[in-house]
Amino acid sequence: MSGAEGSYYVPEETRQPALLAVGLAATLFGFALSLHGNSAGSMIMMAGGAVAAVTIWMWMAHVIRESEAGLNSAQMDRTYRIGMGWFIFSEVMFFAAFFGALFYVRVLVLPWLAGEGNNAMTHQLLWPLFEGLWSPTWIPSTEGFVAATGTVGAWGVPAINTALLLTSGATLTWAHWGLFKKSRVQLITGLALTVALGCVFMVLQVQEYGHAMEHLSLTFNSGIYGSLFYLMTGFHGAHVTLGVLMLTVILVRSIMGHFTPEHHFAFEGVAWYWHFVDVVWLILFVFIYWV
Amino acid sequence: MSTTATAVEGEHHHHGPAKGIGRWLFATNHKDIGTMYLWTALAMFFLGGAFAMVIRMELFQPGLQLVNPDWFNRMFTMHGLVMVFGAIMPAWVGFANWQIPLMIGAPDMAMPRMNLLSYWLLPVALLVLVSTFFMEGNAPAFGWTFYAPLSTTFAPDTADFFIFGVHLLGISSIMGAINVIATIVNLRAPGMTLMKMPMFVWTWLITAFLLIAVMPVLAGVVTMMLTDRNFGTAFFDASGGGDPLMFQHIFWFFGHPEVYIMILPSFGVVSQILPTFARKPLFGYASMVYATGAIAFLSFIVWGHHMFATGLPLAGELYFMYATMLIAVPTGVKIFNWAATMWRGSMTFEAPMLFSIAFVFLFTIGGLTGLMMAMGPADMQYHSTYFIVAHFHYTLVPGAVFALMAGTYYWLPIWCGRMYDEKLAKIHFWLSAISVNVLFFPQHFVGLAGMPRRVPDYPLQFADFNMIISIGGFVYGLSQLMFVYIVVKAIRSGKPTPDQVWEGAKGLEWELPNPLPFHTHTTPPRVD
Repeated sequence: MSGAEGSYYVPEETRQPALLAVGLAATLFGFALSLHGNSAGSMIMMAGGAVAAVTIWMWMAHVIRESEAGLNSAQMDRTYRIGMGWFIFSEVMFFAAFFGALFYVRVLVLPWLAGEGNNAMTHQLLWPLFEGLWSPTWIPSTEGFVAATGTVGAWGVPAINTALLLTSGATLTWAHWGLFKKSRVQLITGLALTVALGCVFMVLQVQEYGHAMEHLSLTFNSGIYGSLFYLMTGFHGAHVTLGVLMLTVILVRSIMGHFTPEHHFAFEGVAWYWHFVDVVWLILFVFIYWV
Repeated sequence: MSTTATAVEGEHHHHGPAKGIGRWLFATNHKDIGTMYLWTALAMFFLGGAFAMVIRMELFQPGLQLVNPDWFNRMFTMHGLVMVFGAIMPAWVGFANWQIPLMIGAPDMAMPRMNLLSYWLLPVALLVLVSTFFMEGNAPAFGWTFYAPLSTTFAPDTADFFIFGVHLLGISSIMGAINVIATIVNLRAPGMTLMKMPMFVWTWLITAFLLIAVMPVLAGVVTMMLTDRNFGTAFFDASGGGDPLMFQHIFWFFGHPEVYIMILPSFGVVSQILPTFARKPLFGYASMVYATGAIAFLSFIVWGHHMFATGLPLAGELYFMYATMLIAVPTGVKIFNWAATMWRGSMTFEAPMLFSIAFVFLFTIGGLTGLMMAMGPADMQYHSTYFIVAHFHYTLVPGAVFALMAGTYYWLPIWCGRMYDEKLAKIHFWLSAISVNVLFFPQHFVGLAGMPRRVPDYPLQFADFNMIISIGGFVYGLSQLMFVYIVVKAIRSGKPTPDQVWEGAKGLEWELPNPLPFHTHTTPPRVD
């Protein structure tokens, strides 16, 4: 009774969720073991990761087959859209935790450490030389932390990366237009360009990290600047990677002839995700690199 | 399509439950998944309860008799974590799974496969968490709030397993919440407008929003912990330019909405039960909806009241103080509405009603002590004493747990098609209601007299009260075994559920056949 308005597709029993849960748990459990020098840890982590990856692949393949078989009603399509929208909201809140930390540190913590407010004595007693600057070259105490020799400027690679991501948003929308006017060529070209731009972004980002580590000695260990810089841009990079993977899936599916102007939730879901990653980058660019 | 044709086609398409263990391992049915959530939560309720029993045994007398201080710390830490993340939250998700589709006329949850993934992440995450007991360094001992630097610089290696356990629980909760929202937004029966939804569905919709908003923040803060512990970052280390207090800010940005995540569904359940047994419609339905929304909104902007004693700037203390007191307004709306619902009703006092009335009274005590602590200057006195322990246990035990008990007795006749033993359930209620007060009420007194929380030993003047508290705790703990007995007895040999379970019950879930078919509402009912 699929497809009929007012009815709903209830799937058969499925093995994948339990497998995926075990795979994810094994991945993290193995990671925790390996952090503490347990030799079995990395094995468990890789095995768990492999199980999770294969399961996700099978699960997605199954869902795509169902979609191509026309099992998805309009109601199901709405469910997917609602789900994706709220998933992206959860991602927004994940980044919000880090942006919250960034602003809290820059607006309050650093001035306080430099003696602002009622913290004059703290400043005098603990680290009287610290001036409260937002820079990895100045750390309150070098005990346990290694200061870097410089910061990553905004107007080199990061500015190019900003242009790349903004362009990729445009090519993706152009691909979407191609889908609407049934031009497979435009759809595929647009998606391929988007994937390529995403890949170039990642390559440049990796090079930038290499530069920062080698020439600026900027690491995780360079105090709060290094911590926020690497975790925030790193998580963003991880999201770009996931985005590129999803875009690649969409690209391959477009080449295989999937998606119609009326029925292409997967394309839109990935597009929303990609634009979200784009917006996060813009805020990162302003508050991590620029000001 | 005629009704007959639909029914035939429905039978053809909709399979019954699978045989054997596969029914549970691979379930996509919201009822089966809800059942698994509920049993898991019950098991965790007893595990967390066992930890609490160790705490109360140790505190039965002054001095150290049962466990050393390290073990004591592990016990209250794991008690809190297991109860919050293993018992109360999953129990409400179990209720959501069972009840939301039945109450809004949906055939299942919107995403049945993701629903199963949400469930299975829960036991594996709890396994990761509890496995720390068997590792070198033993289980976390830094309190359920895992403040830095206790959880970073000074924690054992096992803290990393705790972190990943929290990550998995977070993924589970977020997916569960997305599913709830998609179900409520998209799968309501035709004619069921938002303002016709049952209160339980409304409260869960708002709870799900809170979950999606704050679980990622929790994931963020434990990730910062992870890198601080293992990769040399400085988030919570002032010597690197970070701030240990920043941990508390981020944690409580999650933590305060979290307490409403545990209590809002309780409000929903009580708002279902009181009208049934008072045989009157809920007083002020619309104001209940808006009050729930207001509480959810306020929950995001009051986290600093957990930090009055940390030396926040004065402006911050004042802001958080006034904002927190505002919560009393929508909460008061709810409590007065419940009272007005019962006013001049033809009340009868079956077990669900007894638990609900006790909820209204006892949760209000927890709410009022909350208001006392909202006042910053006064909170300096109460902070980190048994007064706060009394406060939040009043909101969570005779609050959330009583609502869970009430909801279970209320809907069990639908779930298993059999009635529970009303007489035993009433005994269970009176034992619980009396012992829970013996357990938690004197904690106000010892707290005001200055007994700090999280201590394995205490000065002599607190001895009498602590002995009373412990006796209350043992009685409360043991009487919960009765609950298991009553539920199992109902499932195995209860009388079949009559056509009309409760005289005053209204709603789609009461119009279904008994025993409940494996798939319900395969064609949506029409709501007028």
